[in-house]
Amino acid sequence: MINYFKEILVGFWSLLAGMAVTIRYFTKPIVTVQYPREKIKMSPAYRGYPRLIIDPETQTHRCIACEMCARICPSQLITVEGIKFPGEKQKRATKYVHEHYYCSLCGLCTEVCPTSALEYSDEYRLAGYHREDAVLDHLVILQLRQTAAGLPVTAIPSAEEIAAAAAAEAAAKEAKAKAAAAAKKPQAGEEVKE
Amino acid sequence: MDVLTHSLGSEGVRMIVGLIGVIALVSVNALFLIWMERKVAAHMQLRPGPMEVGPHGAIQTVCDAVKLMGKELITPEEVDKPIYYLAPIVVFLPVLLTFLVIPFSQTMVIKDLNVGIILILAFSSLSVLAILMAGWSSKNKYSVFGAIRSVAQNIAYEIPLLITVMSVILMVGSFKLTDIVVAQSRYWFILVQPLAFILYIICATAETNRTPFDLPEAESELVAGFHTEYSGMRFALFFLAEYTNMFIVSAVATVLFLGGWHGPILPGAIWFLLKVYALIFLIMWFRWTFPRVRFDQLVTFAWKILIPLSFVNLLLTALALKIF
Repeated sequence: MINYFKEILVGFWSLLAGMAVTIRYFTKPIVTVQYPREKIKMSPAYRGYPRLIIDPETQTHRCIACEMCARICPSQLITVEGIKFPGEKQKRATKYVHEHYYCSLCGLCTEVCPTSALEYSDEYRLAGYHREDAVLDHLVILQLRQTAAGLPVTAIPSAEEIAAAAAAEAAAKEAKAKAAAAAKKPQAGEEVKE
Repeated sequence: MDVLTHSLGSEGVRMIVGLIGVIALVSVNALFLIWMERKVAAHMQLRPGPMEVGPHGAIQTVCDAVKLMGKELITPEEVDKPIYYLAPIVVFLPVLLTFLVIPFSQTMVIKDLNVGIILILAFSSLSVLAILMAGWSSKNKYSVFGAIRSVAQNIAYEIPLLITVMSVILMVGSFKLTDIVVAQSRYWFILVQPLAFILYIICATAETNRTPFDLPEAESELVAGFHTEYSGMRFALFFLAEYTNMFIVSAVATVLFLGGWHGPILPGAIWFLLKVYALIFLIMWFRWTFPRVRFDQLVTFAWKILIPLSFVNLLLTALALKIF
């Protein structure tokens, strides 16, 4: 008989304890976010797709279009094109496309980059409607991020500019070759003389 | 209005106005309760719940209701047609009728019958019949299981419910709901009948087939129980009846234990609704706290604990009334 009442009281107490737990959670703040509109902050250890770093000094990317990343990529997903513009010492990327749909996020591209131009992004929302949605044009993404951060936007060189730069480069090369040839000729003549 | 009063009598006009008011209340209440349930569930799980349609998803359930109205009414081939068609109506009509006697305030009661509480208890037990009709006529084993469980459960829980209600009736000496509320003008009966209140809430949860006593419609075991084969508005009627039943049991608890319309400052009807929705919140709180009981536990609990306790409570009440 005592057990009977004890069971009732203990059971009732356990029910109250359970209700205390749920009401405590009821008053706690919400932890979920409204998916397409809100974004959560990812931990620094998160490794999303590789993207171009915005250099804090120049406020643009550091890619010199050496194509190391394109070569080391195990699935060959990266296409880099670059050209040396007149008055610049190094080549600059004019196209950086990453076909992310086959990317295994191995990170070799970020490791191999000689100028450390790549980093892992914190982007985790990768759903798209087409396969083409997963083709990432990193120069465009860079522009978007620069706009969002209020930095000057790095322009993507147009086809004409690239052609002009290529022509200028070719002309410079030719001039250099001519100069070299011109410098070489007298020497050769001297040898002939002897 | 004059013509109406002339041909129907003031009582008739009162009935018609009341009926329209009740139908409006029932639909708005169901829409609100479904929204509230989803919100309560969500917040207990640290989610926001419906947020898209309207401010804080307030008209989400309206959209759901419109969607349900647009759905096809599927009638499976081998169902027992007359009973199958009748069940949703049978489940809904008694629910509507019980509003006849519920006193929202001193004057806001459609017809203050002197058998008020008995009428409510009688009509709300009719919903078991509807559940049995629905389950039996559906020609579906899950539906039949749900219906059988519902009957066993309701028989078990009706008894302690009636006995706990009786202990309050003993104190008042009237079945009239307004009399019961008026008798609580000095103190609420929950203060003198705490055990009866707890027993009533447990039995009411079981009566309305809510978790932890939702065996008749246990999703994880019986698909949806007795309304598995119903679709569209027929399903909506079952749903509507369930949520209205919740309102009714909470309204009865308010009348019996929480002093009905009594309360300071605010008008009586507002106080009444506040208390009712607080009780409904309590029942929803149960749902998101307690797991479903096993069937043997359910029946054991009713026969071995609830019924003896309610008898003890009745005896003590009678004794106390005799002494004081």
